[in-house]
Amino acid sequence: MRINGRGRVDRGRALSFTFDGRRYSGFAGDTLASALVANDVKLLGRSFKYHRPRGLLTAGSEEPNALVTLGAGAASEPNARATMVELRDGLQVRSQNRWPSLDWDLLALNDLAAPFLGAGFYYKTFMWPRAFWEKLYEPAIRRAAGLGALSGKSNPDRYEKAFAFCDLLVIGGGPTGMMAAHRAAEAGLDVILCDEGTVLGGRLLSEDETVDGQPGADWAAAMQRDLAAHPKVRVMTRTTVTGAYDQGTFGALERIVPDAEGAPLECFWRIVAKRSILAAGALERPVAFAGNDRPGILLAGAMRAYLHRWGVVPGRRVAVFGNTDDAHRTARDLAAAGVHVAAVIDSRTDAKVQGDFPVYTGAQVCRGAGGRDGVEAIRIRTPRGEESIAVDALAVSGGWNPSLHLACHMNGRPDWREDIAAFVPRDGMVPGMTAAGACAGAFSTHGCLSAGAAAAALVARDLGRTPSDAALPEAEDAPYRIKALWAVPGRGRAWLDFQNDVTVKDVVQAAQENFRSVEHMKRYTTQGMAPDQGKSSNVAALAVLADATGRGIPETGTTTFRPPFVPVSIAAMGAGAQGMGFAPRRRTTSDAAARARGAPMIEAGLWYRASYFPQAGEATWRQSCDREVGMVRNHVGICDVSTLGKIDLQGPDAADFLDLVYTNRMSTLKPGRVRYGLMLREDGHVMDDGTCARLGEGHFVITTTTAAAGAVMKHLEFVHQCLVPHLDLAMISVTESWAQFAVAGPKSRDLLNGLLETPVDDASFPFMACGPVRLGGVAARLFRISFSGEHAYEIAVPARYGASLFDLLVARAEAMGGGAYGMEALNVLRLEKGHITHAEIHGRTTAFDIGMDRMVSAAKECIGKTMAARPGLVGPEREQLVGLAPQDGRSALLPGAFLFAPDDKAERAAAQGYVTSAGYSPTLGAPLALGFLRDGRARQGEVVKMVDHLRGAEVLCTVTDSVRVDPEGGRLRG
Amino acid sequence: MRFSALRLLTEGLTGNRGWGPHWRDPAPKSEYDIVIIGGGGHGLSTAYYLAKEHGLRNVAVLEKGYLGGGNVGRNTTIVRANYFLPGNSEFYSHSLKLWEGLEDELNYNVMHSQRGLINLFHSDGQRDAFARRGNAMINQGDDAVLLDRAGVRKHLPYLDFDNTRFPIYGGLLHPRGGTARHDAVAWGYARGADRRGVDLIQNCEVTGIDISGGRVTGVQTTRGAIRAKKVGIVVAGRSGQVAAMAGMRLPVESHVLQAFVTEGLKPCIDHVVSFGMGHFYISQSDKGGLVFGGDLDFYASYAARGNLPMKEHVMEAAMTLMPMIGKARVLRSWGGIMDMTPDGSPIIDKTGIDGLYIDCGWCYGGFKAVPGSGFSFAHLIAQDRHHAPAAKFRLDRFRTGVGLMDEEGTGAQHNLH
Amino acid sequence: MRLPCPICGERDLREFSYLGDAVRLHRPAPDAGTDAWDAYLHLRDNPAGRTRDLWQHEAGCGAWIVVTRDTVSHAVEGAQLAAEMRDAD
Repeated sequence: MRINGRGRVDRGRALSFTFDGRRYSGFAGDTLASALVANDVKLLGRSFKYHRPRGLLTAGSEEPNALVTLGAGAASEPNARATMVELRDGLQVRSQNRWPSLDWDLLALNDLAAPFLGAGFYYKTFMWPRAFWEKLYEPAIRRAAGLGALSGKSNPDRYEKAFAFCDLLVIGGGPTGMMAAHRAAEAGLDVILCDEGTVLGGRLLSEDETVDGQPGADWAAAMQRDLAAHPKVRVMTRTTVTGAYDQGTFGALERIVPDAEGAPLECFWRIVAKRSILAAGALERPVAFAGNDRPGILLAGAMRAYLHRWGVVPGRRVAVFGNTDDAHRTARDLAAAGVHVAAVIDSRTDAKVQGDFPVYTGAQVCRGAGGRDGVEAIRIRTPRGEESIAVDALAVSGGWNPSLHLACHMNGRPDWREDIAAFVPRDGMVPGMTAAGACAGAFSTHGCLSAGAAAAALVARDLGRTPSDAALPEAEDAPYRIKALWAVPGRGRAWLDFQNDVTVKDVVQAAQENFRSVEHMKRYTTQGMAPDQGKSSNVAALAVLADATGRGIPETGTTTFRPPFVPVSIAAMGAGAQGMGFAPRRRTTSDAAARARGAPMIEAGLWYRASYFPQAGEATWRQSCDREVGMVRNHVGICDVSTLGKIDLQGPDAADFLDLVYTNRMSTLKPGRVRYGLMLREDGHVMDDGTCARLGEGHFVITTTTAAAGAVMKHLEFVHQCLVPHLDLAMISVTESWAQFAVAGPKSRDLLNGLLETPVDDASFPFMACGPVRLGGVAARLFRISFSGEHAYEIAVPARYGASLFDLLVARAEAMGGGAYGMEALNVLRLEKGHITHAEIHGRTTAFDIGMDRMVSAAKECIGKTMAARPGLVGPEREQLVGLAPQDGRSALLPGAFLFAPDDKAERAAAQGYVTSAGYSPTLGAPLALGFLRDGRARQGEVVKMVDHLRGAEVLCTVTDSVRVDPEGGRLRG
Repeated sequence: MRFSALRLLTEGLTGNRGWGPHWRDPAPKSEYDIVIIGGGGHGLSTAYYLAKEHGLRNVAVLEKGYLGGGNVGRNTTIVRANYFLPGNSEFYSHSLKLWEGLEDELNYNVMHSQRGLINLFHSDGQRDAFARRGNAMINQGDDAVLLDRAGVRKHLPYLDFDNTRFPIYGGLLHPRGGTARHDAVAWGYARGADRRGVDLIQNCEVTGIDISGGRVTGVQTTRGAIRAKKVGIVVAGRSGQVAAMAGMRLPVESHVLQAFVTEGLKPCIDHVVSFGMGHFYISQSDKGGLVFGGDLDFYASYAARGNLPMKEHVMEAAMTLMPMIGKARVLRSWGGIMDMTPDGSPIIDKTGIDGLYIDCGWCYGGFKAVPGSGFSFAHLIAQDRHHAPAAKFRLDRFRTGVGLMDEEGTGAQHNLH
Repeated sequence: MRLPCPICGERDLREFSYLGDAVRLHRPAPDAGTDAWDAYLHLRDNPAGRTRDLWQHEAGCGAWIVVTRDTVSHAVEGAQLAAEMRDAD
């Protein structure tokens, strides 16, 4: 019901929305929750386990009951808190976890079966018959469980992430936070002030009180204007700080103003602050009594918030139940707004009677009675006996819990304060963080203002600034008189965790079953594991556990507080990654030309490389690949090899350094020559292979495989800086600086000589030569190296010339019967030559395994040499690199298949090796493969059985040398 | 007390007053035949199998906190046997078989759910590696199915097949892979061990290991000295500290692994799914929460809480792979402490000290190993010889290089596995 | 976590990569024996508390640094260039 003259909504702007298809209206400034209250809608959801009817409990992000689904289709959002949804015109809202409707929910039958569904019941049943768990029980449980539903469609909305830095982060914009931010800014600190709400003010917006002689909400609005205008302050409303991390890093979730044009829905912030002030306030807690989950039973502070902030009241005949003076405040405010206050029930015997309504001191509410539409009466127990009072709403308060969650995110444990019956943060739990105000146990407005000012002064002094000592605004300073009350004894179920349907009985039963540790109780009953993480229930639950186990609350302890403080959407924390944004896209200079030629581009790490270059009439990739292989073997092919890592090393000690990182010697390499090199990890396994070109006495350029470029660079920097810093050299990755193309095939020199300013020949440029060349007025580097096994070169030009050189090379090649070739052909060419890639050097192979142990120089030390000599890394038990040929000359060989003796069963114990790479060789006219076979080098000519269970293949193969084409290397040198 | 539907019914009708304690809280005796240090999943299953398989009942499990308070209660609950290197293959295969009978064995519903696990691959090279893995699984006698892109689409239609940075080429389906309710496993083994006479002693921290003449004689604890003929160390996450009490240095570095759970949602993910181009794996719990995890935080830590960059990385991977979960909200994230070894595989072995045994180095695969590890470790302690499926988990393999099990192929760097 | 690069100043964790215990600075002689190499590459003190470990400011200046920090609290005491520590040894 809307109360005239109350609340701060804009009654000039009516908004229309639907809830479960029914149309309602509210005002600008309403939340979905307040608008539903205004329309007297009480039943907002169903509970998780018993499907109990539920209404609002709170007015904030801690709301456990009023979870709804917003919108429809791909953009629909499940599990939205009605209390946090800013009402907008046309909003569609659906209730969840009910079938067929919120009013008539079939699974409410669970509530009747409650005696059998107590704490941990599922551990004790559903075991027989065994097959029924997956077939029957589990699917049924899964369907019944869960809250809202995802749309199942790709997220259509935009989200963002950002960084921010400041001297001081103030978490919470209530009186404490506003005062702290203002004072700190005045002292010269850069301040970020975050608050979860749409406007600053905190509880001042929800109470009827004055600050500095004006209504609290007006004072807050003026303060917000001052702060927003202050050059040292950044005010971030709608922003919840979600987690505290190391070295002053915080996560924060900003909800962007709804319908702000072109804006993302949410932004996830990483805020780095030298200091922080936690001013997160406090959360009210309910009291457990039978039927305390009925719709219409709200927290007292929420009731006041609905009244003062939105001008709505969830009932016409309201009772108030509490154990602090807040109960009387609630009653007074309601009465002043013209709401009938049926009773005030104060559990304290010494409570002072403060209003014009029936007051019962030393009394308790022991039952909330009613039905689906909410509470209809309460039963109270007074020193004079029990009686019933007819009500349609009840405001409950069991006191307040400081919001210390963030202070506990780094594993600190809070202190128990008996005087306020609550946990408070302990100093130093998060380095650099000061807790102030209600979150540190100061519950009066005056206490909060002065704590905020004091915390700011502390931080300012700490950071070398002089704090202001201006007078504080006048505000109420009523004492907080509480007598702890957690659960009212009696029959019936009294709820602690509303969301997970955990009752007092469940906690007591857990203790009875010896789940006495607070963590055991939590895990056995699921207390505090629902979306609200037990914000309004954990302390009461552990008080009940303490009572059941005969311990005090401090020794019972708390469970661990884990981030995030409020649930954060995966889309917000994963912003930017959807679609292509997950990783950078690296493109070579020939990328556009390759795509223009219709080449499918495939991922090679972060790079894209051309798979093959289809030509008219080719229906399959194999046809293109076979043609490209033939082109290279018979004419000339062009391949972009720029993705290989290129590292430039210079300095007088560069040669010595390379001797240490390569197994073979590089210091004997003459300038103008290239050598193949093998690198080991320090544990003796192969790290990578590549070429090492000596461009000058103290100048080398080495190549790495595409996959290992980053790892090799890091390794070289480690070896240099950490192991041999006395060596005088410098290195830099130049992978992106040079575009490099393989020009491979018998006509490669002819092609190049048509372009080079000074032609090359065998004498000036023999196999494994390198040196500077010029073409088209551009200085380039030429390397006579070959991965294909043909007479071949790689030519490198500064990357800005790459695109035009590729076009030129391909055009010339095509004129000579050749053309561009891609990764598929490259792979077949190297397979024919027995060249390895990371399919073979997969991190578990040694130089011995690949037949390169002779490349480990006996005459010098190198990284990995000692550990490579471990007994387990050499010897006939090792699987060694071999070639494989199908006996029938036709059957495809499959990478990932295993090798067995022909008569052995294809089982683990009999496995002798496996296939690493395979393809079809147009040169040989037959399939071929590389693989590893136990003692394989000694077994050439033997027959082994390749078995691939997955693809149903079994092929007898002959073990061959790994090099199948031109084993003598005549083509390379020719 | 035997648990059953009938029992639940009887208790429900009589006010649930008859439920007794799951386990006793005995005071520690001054001497046991065997002391197991560590009341996590592995320690509890070790004690259970010592009593059940070997008839050894004069056994104590010493736990510094509460039972099941370590990584068994802090993981993504995945149970699988999809390894490909000898040593791992036979061990995890054995462990999975134990899982398949665990409810009957323990009379406790651990909710083992074989809903199928799919490892996605995103390149030809990855397909080849997964083909090798799948064939190795079948060689071992387990199950595997190689799915092409269309096959994956049939199982997981909600993945992004059209616009994603690393297109899906296919997946390796492990039909017997799945999940279990993690806490229940610890409690089931604890209850079973307790019923067979094992003393489970909580809030009892071991502060020293007594060794005399090269032989273990007992332990010092915060609840007094306890003599023992044999002592087993099963304290993943704290292995280095406890081993140091016996003067040992282990090939172990401790790292944080995070896990995440969302708010409850109606069923939307029926399998366990793992991404191949970033660290992200996910399943949906029976309560409806999406449970997922990623890579290590990558630096040595005992903080049991995760850093922000890894959280973001995991959720970025989620968004590129299955953008339909964008609107799911992460409710809670936590971190466990992993014993990372130089080859990513565990250790179940004797030590240089007579009567002292160690079970450690589970990296981030420890949960699914709970039954197998306990079974094999109990065998080793009881019989003083290795149980065949775990015979390759030797402590000296790094020194000798014999039988390294580096499934990732990343080499002797603890944090890369 | 934020780490103080001696060259670039305090930077976010995202810019760094990690190797492990700073024992990796002290590579044994080739003939130091199996135990020395096992200790260098595999065995770790793995302290719960103060530790010194090797990081690289990989997405920054490329420097390898030795960070002194606490593995339980994640407090960072300081960092030095690995190359300079070698010189000081």
